[in-house]
Amino acid sequence: MCLGIPGKVTHIEHDPLGMMMGKVSFGGIAREVCLAYVPDVQVGEYVIVHAGFALNKVDEQEAMEVFDLLRQMGEMSETGELCGT
Amino acid sequence: MRYIDEYRREADAQKFVQAIHQRVTRPWAMMEICGGQTHTLIKFGLDQLLPPSLTLIHGPGCPVCVTPLELIDKALLIARRPEVLFTSFGDMLRVPGSTTDLLSIKAQGGDVRMVYSPLDAVKLAQKHPDRQVVFFAVGFETTAPTTAMALWQAQHLGLTNFSVLCSHVLVPPAMEALLSAPETTIQGFLAAGHVCAVMGYHEYEPVAETYRVPIVVTGFEPLDLLQGIAMTVEALEAGRWGVENQYRRAVCREGNLPAQQTMQQVFEVCDRQWRGIGLIPRSGYRLRAAFAHFDAEWRFDLGGVTAQESPICIAGDILRGAKKPHQCRAFGTRCTPEHPLGAPMVSSEGACAAYHNYGR
Ligand code: SF4
Repeated sequence: MCLGIPGKVTHIEHDPLGMMMGKVSFGGIAREVCLAYVPDVQVGEYVIVHAGFALNKVDEQEAMEVFDLLRQMGEMSETGELCGT
Repeated sequence: MRYIDEYRREADAQKFVQAIHQRVTRPWAMMEICGGQTHTLIKFGLDQLLPPSLTLIHGPGCPVCVTPLELIDKALLIARRPEVLFTSFGDMLRVPGSTTDLLSIKAQGGDVRMVYSPLDAVKLAQKHPDRQVVFFAVGFETTAPTTAMALWQAQHLGLTNFSVLCSHVLVPPAMEALLSAPETTIQGFLAAGHVCAVMGYHEYEPVAETYRVPIVVTGFEPLDLLQGIAMTVEALEAGRWGVENQYRRAVCREGNLPAQQTMQQVFEVCDRQWRGIGLIPRSGYRLRAAFAHFDAEWRFDLGGVTAQESPICIAGDILRGAKKPHQCRAFGTRCTPEHPLGAPMVSSEGACAAYHNYGR
């Protein structure tokens, strides 16, 4: 139940109650998802989906940071100076 | 898949594993709150890559596992009624109550259906105006906003045949309950990333301060968990406490404000029983007065439910992190995922199921 997974927003619309709904693709499999909690989301952005709701957007820049860190750790380990985080 | 595959690369994982090995100088014990995280740890064998002096205590973050037996028995009573169309998430259907489970009621002709989202239950209520549609709302702060929106919709649609059996629970009070237990061995926490995606992490700051523990908001992929563990180890070794955020790509300090607003409109905080742990003050949600007519406990007469826990199952010890699944004498013998005696063997997030499925 807590296994929210990231997917890409491919379509946005409003239902008869005015609620923001949309289609989210998970590696090619599309699902209908409520987007009411991410009102500023745009088509093409990634969201974390949980029980049919997008709970938040995935921040692309923040997502890259761990790989920058790993790269730094990699470089340091080559010089034998790996020192944790 | 994007944001999944790149967080599972072995070479990258090894860098964090190495960093953890190099930093650890003495035994530490930390708890991952969320059952989803327990699953990732066991499924990918991350627990076996860590230094033996590092203990991972599996926490109570399995919604199905902490739902009180009494409430499951109430669900069974409601689901048996001929006018009821009973809905819940898949895991909930297999959890044994005192005498039976929801799937067995379905097999006996009861109208029990699995839904993917609470909004599906609202749709069923619209489609079947002659039936009473009930949604069994379990889960933490990740599913509470989804139930809240379903109730908001039901209110706006003026539905009179929709109700919710509410069992929503909140993580921070449970962490405090675990930390203040005299026998606690927990020195740090990996906080559940998706709970924090909704609620933010400011609520954890006073907990970290009071109990002087590091709390690291952590995601669900192998790299996330290893980085979260590395950050917790770093804080412990440095003698630091406070809240840090590993899962920045999905979590900010304030959390998701529109979701919090909807929850506030619909729910109010109440005391809740946690299966295996007991009563935790202010640890759950109930429906506010304006939504009370959607409360299934109010709509149906449920008097006289008395629950009987299995005498063999040690789920309480498992959920408090006091024992590991293989220390239960029924584990893998009388209790298996096919014939579960207790909830931690049913749920995909339960520790017993994780240990069983991945051969621990
Ligand atoms: S193995 Fe089964 S009986 Fe034992 S604690 Fe886990 S769920 Fe309960």
